Amino acid sequence: MSTSTDTAVVTAAEQTSRAREILGVSRLTNQALTRWLHGLPGVDQVGCEARAAGLGTRSIKTTAKAWAIDTAISMIDLTTLEGADTDGKVRGLVTKALSPDPSDPSTPHPAAVCVYGDKVAVAKQALGTSEVKVAAVATAFPSGRASMPVKLADTQDAVSAGADEIDMVIDRGAFLSGDYLTVFDQIAAVKEVCGPARLKVIMETGELVTYDNVRRASWLSMLAGGDFIKTSTGKVSPAATLPVTLIMLEAVRDWLELTGEQIGVKPAGGIRTSKDAITFLVAVNEVAGEQWLTNTYFRFGASSLLNDLLLQRQRMATGAYSGADYIADDSPSLY
Amino acid sequence: MSTDTRVAVNKTYKLFIGGKFPRSESGRSYEVYAAPRGAKTSRTFTDPAFLANVAKGSRKDARNAVQAARKAQSGWAGATAYNRGQVLYRVAEVMEGRRSQFAAEVAQAEGLSSARADAVVTAAIDRWVWYAGWSDKFAQVLGGLNPVAGPFFNISAPEPTGVVAVLAPQSSSLLGLVSVVAPVIVSGNTAVVLTSQDRPIPAITLSEALATSDVPGGVVNLITADTAEVAPWLASHRDVNGLDLTGAAGVSGLDWGDLEAGAADNLKRVLRPGGSGVTAVEPDFTATPALSRMTTFLETKTVWHPKGT
Repeated sequence: MSTSTDTAVVTAAEQTSRAREILGVSRLTNQALTRWLHGLPGVDQVGCEARAAGLGTRSIKTTAKAWAIDTAISMIDLTTLEGADTDGKVRGLVTKALSPDPSDPSTPHPAAVCVYGDKVAVAKQALGTSEVKVAAVATAFPSGRASMPVKLADTQDAVSAGADEIDMVIDRGAFLSGDYLTVFDQIAAVKEVCGPARLKVIMETGELVTYDNVRRASWLSMLAGGDFIKTSTGKVSPAATLPVTLIMLEAVRDWLELTGEQIGVKPAGGIRTSKDAITFLVAVNEVAGEQWLTNTYFRFGASSLLNDLLLQRQRMATGAYSGADYIADDSPSLY
Repeated sequence: MSTDTRVAVNKTYKLFIGGKFPRSESGRSYEVYAAPRGAKTSRTFTDPAFLANVAKGSRKDARNAVQAARKAQSGWAGATAYNRGQVLYRVAEVMEGRRSQFAAEVAQAEGLSSARADAVVTAAIDRWVWYAGWSDKFAQVLGGLNPVAGPFFNISAPEPTGVVAVLAPQSSSLLGLVSVVAPVIVSGNTAVVLTSQDRPIPAITLSEALATSDVPGGVVNLITADTAEVAPWLASHRDVNGLDLTGAAGVSGLDWGDLEAGAADNLKRVLRPGGSGVTAVEPDFTATPALSRMTTFLETKTVWHPKGT
């Protein structure tokens, strides 16, 4: 299921020159970026929310539901991002990723485990030769409040430890004050350091205030070289809502048309039930298209979602409702 | 036309899950009629009166109720026995305040005279008080110090088994209901109750009494439904730890043996219905209850502790 997409190493300078080409300007300035981003059509808030609500009413049953559950499991970035994370907890998470449901070996694997940079080596070692990837959050996650050398070192550290994917956060302060060039430069610089690792750009939509800003941040992130655009860190509420994901899916669809390059989308945080996950899949199919229904281009950032999907999977396999006693407890008590 | 004609304000009867009163997720409802009075051949016989439209719970409502019960279980079991006793007694107090409503509804549901219905309500209230008294005593009666050949204290103590699905009796709509719910929750279990299918209204009023007493949300969940439709889902639900089959008696299309087989999958504690063989009979709830209603849903925990010298 998981396809390897080692991305080519792109330097920040190449990124800038490509952006110049797309914008049709001779020099990439803040003014040029502002003109371009503010030239994007505004988001109809009421219409967007109504569309999202409409997609949520689709009824997905039987074989379609079984397919959706398996697909959703294979799209999960199984995440632990706590201050209290230990090597043991990361190994526990990896074990869960390798064998989500020990009672049913046909259960698909999550796409990746997502950990802090200093736990990458532990996760990598525990995963061995498995195709499950390691994603690391970097650039002073979750606030992003650090100087550029620190952010780059943070990223470099995770990449050298073997991270396959880097989840970076944008500088929301700079974005909200209209300093788009800084945001662009930071993403491009991190992308350069990532090397072959895929870069997910976290926009923290809960802090972006408006849907228009979400659209602008999506385009800016793609312009600067993000391989994935991601809603949230999971540390801010609201996190991944359906309307916000809808806007991002529209952005990647339009970006493909404009540049021929397919960018992934990752809603993260707040998606806890199978029903939520299936609703997101419906939105992916309806808004972006079928080619996004793979874990190369769509991911869920979640920790408890997997358990609910497994409960549903067991329910469909056995015909009886299942309970928490029948799935591995990956969040052991701190005591 | 008289000016004081008033549009009747009919009550919407809903489910009771997690301390809230939701409609059925299925959106379904069914009609409930009063019990017929008198023989059909008699001159005074009238067709059963229409009482209400009641929410028709589905398997998903049952699933939601199990989730609510699971969530409430550790807190309820963690409450002190003294506290649980007080909470159960409080239910009796609140029921006392609604005595006339209960009596009228029981009279309609079961076709009783008002004097008989009043006696049934009294017995139901007294049953709460009786079980409230048991809360801090059952551990003493059922547990104890075991004699062992070594320098140890060996102590057995009963603990609640967890979430219990209860099929409430079909005929005894209030006294029977109280007599099956109270023994389950007194020890710290939480209950998902399928009410009497054709006589659900006293149970709905009981849920209002529970909601306005001190019973935490989710400890008792009441679902009005087609018993034969929903019971198998509860019987096979792997997050349910116990199953009371009392209400399987007198339900057409429901074989309680099948339910017990479904319950065997995760080794649920099962309280079989009265009667012998495949015939299930509803017991007489006016008699003093046997302890088995409590003990079936208890697990014995035994601990060894070294004796000092």
